[in-house]
Order: sequence, then C-alpha cells, then structure tokens
Amino acid sequence: MTALSQRVPSRFLPVIATVVLFVLAFGAGSARYDGFASGQVIANLFIDNAFLIVLAAGMTFVILSGGIDLSVGSVVALSTMVTAAGLRAGWPVPLVVLAVLLIGSTLGLLMGIVIHKFDIQPFIVTLAGMFLARGLCFLISVESVSIKNSTFRDVATAAIELPGGVTITYNVVIALVVVAVAVYVLHRTRFGRTVYAVGGNESSALLMGLPTARTKVGVYVISGFCSALAGLLFSLYMLSGYGLHAVGMELDAIAAVVIGGTLLAGGVGYVLGGVVGVLVLGTIQTLISFQGTLSSWWTKIVIGVLLLVFIAVQRTMVRR
Amino acid sequence: MTESPPPVVEMRGISLAFPGVKALQDVDFRLFPGEVHALMGENGAGKSTLIKTLTGVHRPDSGQVSLAGEDVAFSSPGEAQQAGISTVYQEVNLCANLSVAENILLGREPRKLGGIDFPAMRTRAAEVLARIGVHIDPGSSLGEHPIAVQQLVAIARAIAVDCRVLVLDEPTSSLDAGEVAELFRIMRVLRDEGVAILFVSHFLDQVYEISDRMTVLRNGALVGEHLTADVDRRTLIAQMIGRDLGALEAIEDAAEKHQVEGPVLVRAEGLGKRGAIEPFDLDIRSGEVVGLAGLLGSGRTELARLLFGADRADSGTLLVDGKPVKLRGPRSAIAAGIAFSSEDRKGEGLVADLSIRDNLVLAMQAARGWTRPLPRRTKDQLVEKYLKALDIRPANPDALVRTLSGGNQQKVLLARWLVTEPRLLILDEPTRGIDIGAKAQIQQLVTTLAAEGTAVLFISAELEEVVRIADRIVVLRDRRKIAELDGSTGVDEVVELIAGGAAPEPEKVVS
Repeated sequence: MTALSQRVPSRFLPVIATVVLFVLAFGAGSARYDGFASGQVIANLFIDNAFLIVLAAGMTFVILSGGIDLSVGSVVALSTMVTAAGLRAGWPVPLVVLAVLLIGSTLGLLMGIVIHKFDIQPFIVTLAGMFLARGLCFLISVESVSIKNSTFRDVATAAIELPGGVTITYNVVIALVVVAVAVYVLHRTRFGRTVYAVGGNESSALLMGLPTARTKVGVYVISGFCSALAGLLFSLYMLSGYGLHAVGMELDAIAAVVIGGTLLAGGVGYVLGGVVGVLVLGTIQTLISFQGTLSSWWTKIVIGVLLLVFIAVQRTMVRR
Repeated sequence: MTESPPPVVEMRGISLAFPGVKALQDVDFRLFPGEVHALMGENGAGKSTLIKTLTGVHRPDSGQVSLAGEDVAFSSPGEAQQAGISTVYQEVNLCANLSVAENILLGREPRKLGGIDFPAMRTRAAEVLARIGVHIDPGSSLGEHPIAVQQLVAIARAIAVDCRVLVLDEPTSSLDAGEVAELFRIMRVLRDEGVAILFVSHFLDQVYEISDRMTVLRNGALVGEHLTADVDRRTLIAQMIGRDLGALEAIEDAAEKHQVEGPVLVRAEGLGKRGAIEPFDLDIRSGEVVGLAGLLGSGRTELARLLFGADRADSGTLLVDGKPVKLRGPRSAIAAGIAFSSEDRKGEGLVADLSIRDNLVLAMQAARGWTRPLPRRTKDQLVEKYLKALDIRPANPDALVRTLSGGNQQKVLLARWLVTEPRLLILDEPTRGIDIGAKAQIQQLVTTLAAEGTAVLFISAELEEVVRIADRIVVLRDRRKIAELDGSTGVDEVVELIAGGAAPEPEKVVS
C-alpha cells in the first residue's frame, strides 16, 4: 500500500503542478483585484477558451502518440470560413456543421495516412497541412465574412443560467462534453490505451501485436475532427469567418497541453491536464486585462516562460 | 524424445534476401509440441531472421510455413499471435508507461459496455502472473520494475493467450543466475503443458541445460538438426563456426599469465560515488589486463564510469602517471589517454546510420578538433588497417553500421577507440551477445594490446572469460570492491568470493 501512495503522486505530479499553478495565479488575482474571485470570471475562462479546450483535447491524443499537429489553427480558420461562406450561401445549419466536421476529419485522415505510409515526420506533414488549410481559406474569400444566420446567432448568444447567477454558453457545454468523451476514450478503450502504448514505445507496441498503424492515423483524424469542431465554436464566438482567424492557435494548444503535463515525447499525460493548461493561459490573460496597463503581449511572454519551465521540469523527471 | 506427435511448426525451404544480403537460404525448420528447441548459430547466422519470418515480421521470398499442418502466411506479429505464436524478444518489448496488467493483456483485454473492464483485467493478469510464479501488483506501472521482472511480464504476456508456440529470443542476456533458474522453471512448466518452445541463447551451458533438440544455422543456411543429447559441445561449436577450435585455444596460450612489472598508469585512491560504488583503491599498470568480476549491479560499470569521468566521483583522487587529475568529463579522460567502450553499444557507442569509416573517424576527429580535418588518405589508411586487424565483415568501409551483426558492431566500436591510441582501454562487456568466433577475436585483440603496452580494464559477466584473459582480477560485490586476486586464480575461487561468505544481500527481485 505504501508503494501505491508513493506511486500515484509521481505519475500525477505534472498535472498537480499545473493545478497548483492555476490556483496560485487565480489566488493572486483574487487577492489583488476586487471582483476577480467570482463565479463569472471562472465561467468566462471557459467561455473565452472553449475552442482552445477542444483543440487541446485533440492535441493531447496526437502528442500522447508521440506526434504533433501544427495544422489545427489553420483548420480552425478554414472551418470558420466554410461555416460563414456556407451560411451566406443559404445552406441549412446542420449541413454546414456536417460539412465542416467532414472537412476537418478528412484533412486529419489524409495527414495521418501520409505520416504513416511514407513514414514522414508529423512536424513536416502537418506543417504542409497548415499551409494548405490556410491557403484554402483565401480561396473561399480574402475578406472577413460575417455570419448573419439567425439560428447561429441565437445559439451563439444564448446564455445558460447556472445556480448563483453565473451564465455560460453552449460552447462551454460542447467543450466539456468533448473533454468527457476524450477522457473516456483515452482511459477506457483499447484505442486509447494503444495511443499510450504507441507513444511509450512504438516498436514495442507493434511487436505486442497492437494495431499501431490504425492508431497513428486515428489520432490525426481525432485531432482534425476536434479542430473542425473548435472552428465551429470559434465561429460562434466571433460570428464571422476569416482566413486570418486563429493565427498561431496551434501553438497555444500545444503550449496548453505541455503546461498540462503531457510529455512531448509521448506516452505520458492526461486530457484534464491540457484543460487546466488552457485555464492557466486564460487566467494569465484575465490577470493582464484586470491589471489594465500592461500590453496584452505580456501574455505571450508569460506563456513562453511557463513553457520553458515546464519542459525543463519534464526533462528532469524523465531522466530520473 | 521419440518420434511421436507431428510437428506443430514446419518451415520448408525458407529463403529471404535483404538488399545486399542473403539472410536465409533454403532453410528447413520444425518444432514439436512439448519440447524446448534451441536455435543455434553465430551472430548473423540468420537466427533472428528465421524467428521473425515465423512471427510475421518478415515475409519469406520463398518457402512455406505451416502451423499444425495448415499453411499460413502471417503479415504482422498480431496475426501470428492470434494463431498462437507468442514471442519474447531479447530487449523487453513492452511499454514502460503502461501498467503491468495492460502490458500483459492489451489487445485482448476483457471489455464491458464497450470499454475496458479494468478490475477484470487486473484479476486476469494476476492469474497469468501467478501461473509463472510472479507476484507483483498488476496495477503498478511496468517501468517501476527491474528489467528481470519486465522480462517475466513479457513472458506472461506471451502465455496469456492460448499459446501453442513460445519463441524466446535471447531472453537470458540481461538476467542473473537466479533469474535464469526461475525462467527455466517456467519454461519447464510450459513445456510440460505441451507448449512448443523455441529458445535462442548464446550461453551453451543454458542450451544444454534446457533444450531437448537443436537446429544449427550458419551464414543463413541450415547445418543440421540434432537431439541435444546426441551432440557434444565441440561438435556443436565446430558446426556453428564452421572451422575448428584452434582459434579459441590459441588465446589461452597467448594469454599466458604474466606478472606485469610496468609503471602504474592509473591509480585510484579512495575513489567513490555515493549510491554507485563505495570508495576503492585500484592500480592499473601499463601492459596489464585487469578483469572486473561481479554480478549484474555489483558496481562494475559504475567503477568504470568513474575512471572515465562519465560520472563525477564525490570522494577520493585519481592519479594518471602519478599526477592527480580531475576528470571533468569524458573529454578530459580521452585527453588523458583513457578510452571507454560502453556496454550499451547501440545507445552510447556507435552511430548506426553512419558508415564504418565515419564511425571510426569520429573519435579521432573529436580528439584533433574540427579545425583540422583528417585528410581522406589518412582516413582510408586507418580504416583499412583496422578493418583488417579486427577482421570486420563486410570489409567495406562504406557499409552502414546498422547493417552489421552484433559482433562486427562491437569490433567497429573497439576500432573506434583504438584509432585514438589510448593508454588505458576500458572494455565494458565487449563480448556480450556476440558469437564465439568474434569473441575469440576480441579476446585475442585484448591480449595483443596488452603485450604492446596498453593497459586494459576488462569487464564481463562471463567469469571464465575474465579469468582466462586477466592478469589480475578485481572482485566486486554489492557496489564494493571486496578482493583483488592474482590472474592464476581459478573460476571456482572467484565464484566463491562473489557469492560471498556472508549471506548475500536480499537483492532478489522476484518474490
């Protein structure tokens, strides 16, 4: 039993560190600024970052398998573009949603197949995917296209009342459902455990007779699907489609996942860690906006420092 | 063994070529239920390739594999496993980041409502582990356990399915004597249950102890199949290496024990590092071969790493030529004329994707500094000299190291250090996992080097080898130097010391 109590912390250590960081950041904000420690501020963290949570969930699959997906930001932009253009052309909302999800998943599938079949670094393949998706946006329109569809606007502005007068949007609900499904898939299904196995040691996983090929391609499909879904949430959030939306968002997603304790080398990490990672990023942003005088670029600086620290910590843990 | 049941596996006329190499040529092989069958041959003889052909990693260019009388053609290890052929490889091929239970059952785990039924999985894993007498928590993560236990978990995975054929590819190379005995016990249990076991090992003692039948391969071709009881070691070795044993005996003569009177080259005074090795004194003279004997984990490698500066000592001093030196790292050790050939030749020694030439030149170039590139002609001369001196095959300087057999890789690693002309050469397990022919050549080389005045620190798990070539033997136990013996000491005496007068520390991991 002592072995058990010793083991659990070491495995969860990075996640616990992230949670502590979140609590510290949030506590510091509450101590300094009136009105920081309110339910609505926490709710806003989710509302403003719902799309990022969904992206981080998909990215967690990819990073756990030992890969990386740089295309997610561009796929978000492409999704907002398809959504806005589709609605402008008068397509029904369900068709638009279906088309967006299909496009995202297909892009993921193609990248996964290329990575697997030709044994090319995921970094390069998804970099190509990133340019491709970004370019496709401008093929549709070089201008920002605003969304005027009433159904869409209703969903975007609808507020769900929680006890205590806190309101959230449908975006938050969708993001939380995605996280719950991701946790289930990763921890309770053969596919999920195979993702961990592939990330831990791919050649071992192959020799263990596990379906590594299907799994490796599968994680990019999941990431593509999540990117498309995040794109839909982002359309709801911005109520427009634009080729320059979500520039660099793939890096925010990767940063959140890594700050959440997922090992970049693969095999170790949790979806919930990524969610907390997103919340940390959001809290820093909120802090800086409460502060009022600092430039918003300080967010980037803080994220950069955090990322370095967390990667250094992971590195020493792996060496151990 | 009487000719009774039909073979469970039959491979006929198997041929397989890789670019530039005929790995297998028209090999026949059969495996009977309820027997342990040893596959024998030197490195590069085609043992691993034959196994991988059986387990679906490679597909033969021609020939037929049949399982229980039915022709089969597996296209992946997964298919072979489903057909009842399980494999345990030399390196533990499991995922250290998953739990023991997952490692045993992933891919065929019990499910409930579409998800994995974890309680059932742990129960099932505990049952399988109990069948081979291992009692560890199935929920613990695999990486927490020592390699020997991981190896047993790999076997548990292999037998967790209804396995008719169990392939063990050098499972003993990282185990100590007690763990090997445990493994053999498990193998006998499985054999008596009717499982056909294919066993590969470089240790002849083990092969004779456990196997019922053996097949000998040489250069990718079948030499013969025998009942173990029918062949003596001499015949077997002659079949494996295809030449007579003169070479082996020559070393014994060359390694004529001599009292070395040369000056002390390296002296350690109270050198030690907490948790790695307790402070020790050691003199190494020029032209002397000092052997390190001890069990796995007794501090052999740790001692060597201190001398090489790969780890920093936290007590004592190291003197080279009587002057104290502070080794800040391997670079300063190399500058002082100390070379260290690592036991982990894949991880720490060679760059597998470079050619033999480039690997040889690496160490030398590092010593010269990058501003003074070696002229091509000097490179070629050096490379040719060492290719010939060490009999590296293929003798093609442009061959990639990755494509060489284990023994030849070891020779390249050795050559790489020899080009720097070290005064003290530390060899950590230079002969592990390589065949008898190459072993003899490496031992021969050590003897020659010593005769030319190089000091050698020789580390090996094979005691006989240490006793045979060392002028002086240092015995380690539990991370402590416990004795220093004359080179003429017999193996039995050393064993006695290693086993220890006092009760051995409770370091057995399988409880």
